[in-house]
Amino acid sequence: MALRLPAIMRTTAARLSALYFILFALCAVLLVFYMTSLSASMLNTQTMETINEEVQGLDSAYRRGGLPFLVRVVEQRSRQPGANLYLIADSNGRILTGNVESLEPGVLEADGWTDQPFNYQRYGEGSGERRAPSVSEIEAPPAATETRHAAIALVSRLPNQMIVLVGRDLGEPERFRGVVRQALIFALSMMALGGLLIWFFVGRRALKRIDRVSEAGARIMGGDLTGRLPVTGAGDEFDRLSENLNTMLTRIAGLNEGLKQVSDNIAHDLKTPLTRLRNRAEAALAGDRDDAGYREALEATISESDRLIKTFNAILMISRLEAGYSAEALAKVDLAIAIHDVVELYEPAAEEVGVSLAAPVEGSFVVDGNRELIGQALSNVVDNAIKYSAGSSEKPDVRVSIAAGGGEISLKVADNGPGIPDQDDRDRATERFVRLEQSRSQPGSGLGLSLAKAVMKFHGGRLELLQGNPGLVVVMTFPSAKGE
Amino acid sequence: MKILIIEDDREAADYLEKAFAEAGHTAHVARDGETGFALADSGEYDVMVVDRMLPRRDGLSVIAGLRSRSNTTPVLILSALGEVDDRVTGLRAGGDDYLTKPYAFSELLARVEVLNRRATARETETMYRAGDLELDRLSHTVRRAGREITLQPREFRLLEYLMRHAGQVVTRTMLLENVWDYHFDPQTNVIDVHVSRLRGKIEKGFDSAILHTVRGAGYMLKAA
Repeated sequence: MALRLPAIMRTTAARLSALYFILFALCAVLLVFYMTSLSASMLNTQTMETINEEVQGLDSAYRRGGLPFLVRVVEQRSRQPGANLYLIADSNGRILTGNVESLEPGVLEADGWTDQPFNYQRYGEGSGERRAPSVSEIEAPPAATETRHAAIALVSRLPNQMIVLVGRDLGEPERFRGVVRQALIFALSMMALGGLLIWFFVGRRALKRIDRVSEAGARIMGGDLTGRLPVTGAGDEFDRLSENLNTMLTRIAGLNEGLKQVSDNIAHDLKTPLTRLRNRAEAALAGDRDDAGYREALEATISESDRLIKTFNAILMISRLEAGYSAEALAKVDLAIAIHDVVELYEPAAEEVGVSLAAPVEGSFVVDGNRELIGQALSNVVDNAIKYSAGSSEKPDVRVSIAAGGGEISLKVADNGPGIPDQDDRDRATERFVRLEQSRSQPGSGLGLSLAKAVMKFHGGRLELLQGNPGLVVVMTFPSAKGE
Repeated sequence: MKILIIEDDREAADYLEKAFAEAGHTAHVARDGETGFALADSGEYDVMVVDRMLPRRDGLSVIAGLRSRSNTTPVLILSALGEVDDRVTGLRAGGDDYLTKPYAFSELLARVEVLNRRATARETETMYRAGDLELDRLSHTVRRAGREITLQPREFRLLEYLMRHAGQVVTRTMLLENVWDYHFDPQTNVIDVHVSRLRGKIEKGFDSAILHTVRGAGYMLKAA
């Protein structure tokens, strides 16, 4: 910006105040102009009516008593105080009587209304050149330094060519205009003062609060995520804004905490296999081996790093699901088909370890979801069920069932293994990297159920672990598809 | 096979170039999108391996550009992004396969060999043969040495995929992706059990092995 306004003018409150002031002032000026012009024309009409009445009066006086009576009446009226002008002149324009001393030339030459206001001098104000009539005391305009005045008049001729002028001084409307001007200046200055006061008390207060919010924001951005924006308790827009921003900050802090936890977990749980990997490579180098020995060590290294990659992918997946996956990936998924596919995939593996895997599912159970994610969650749960029921009972058995009701679809995976008798353990089992004591002997990353839980949460559903009789029952509850 | 690698990471590109050479292929490396596009535009490559994030021109834009010029060279996209959506965008841009970093070279090699356009012609064949093993894709029947073998539908699709790529290494993830249409790693190696079941059906009672396990890589269907 080429023109740099002072800091105060760059605040919204000052700008708004100035704008309001200008608008109101404009309105006031327009209104006053309209009103004055209206009143001026009214005054004008009134003046002309007065003059007409006077003329009629003089006319009847002339008719009653001829010229002498007219002169007497004029003289009498001239002596009365007021703004009226009276003049009788002969056909040469010589003033015979009245309260006018001199006139602008040419005023008496045309009959009828004077085209425009003319200047005149009242009797006794000028040089006094004209012979003074019997009119001796004429009220001088108060405190007039300018002895010439403006007036309008009606000029008429008597049958003997004498000229009679009746007029009225325009000083009164002039004064009226002056009063209006003064009132206008006063009103405008009051408005300016009012605007300033409003800006000072309202605008500045609002600004100060915004400044406080900005300061708090800057502090928080500076790294102090525990800081919160001030809430005054007034319940106004500023409080609502602060509250919303505070809620957002809490959410950010929560996510941050989650992130920290994940990185702690990664640090802890990836370090172990990484150390193992390193040790294995070191041991391979240290010992004196033949080709087959080296090959074996390298293969072990590769499979260890593959496991690491899998764990890493699972962690990433969980984090992304928890952060909210894009909704584009959602489509109609029939859970009956999903169950069929997963069971079909696992059935040979289950049979291999002597577990009977059955899914007596009929019909169609449609949810809004992602086939891939649901497949992965279900396969993790089924995988677990097979793993923990295998060898732990006479006839290991995993049963997948499904039921709909109340706008929800519940998918159950029940095994007849040992289950997790302790409620706290069941709660902890779905946490990241948590591997319960009983499961330490089994291979796994400790992420299978966490991932399944994250998938369920992503679908707006939930994953619950229940103790069966015997065994563990994993219930995956989905909201039914919209429009189904 | 002539392979074009478009990858900006020097170490990764050098490793791939050498590894492909050891596997008996010729590989050329382009280190940015523009150079890669210019090289690929010649149309002399059998397969391209394209990294998604490249300097000067994004990998997906390179592929889309080639496709709009009617270049049909098979493309495998390499990416550090591995979400379902990312894969879908990659394939939609004209990629033929998608592999997430980090990957095993054996996996990449197997996929590149399968993508080789000289091999993909088999898609349209209705009868696959490998030695005395025959698979009729129209009547859904499998015979070995004239004897009919009954297979479950999934076993049929598994064998169909293996036979389409007979003589080539097929990895477990490739099977999971192409036969089951899943793109995740099952915790247990369920694929191995399926393969060994199939192997039982097509090898038991016959003189020679035909479905081989390739250590550290996957499986290969090959008549002795």
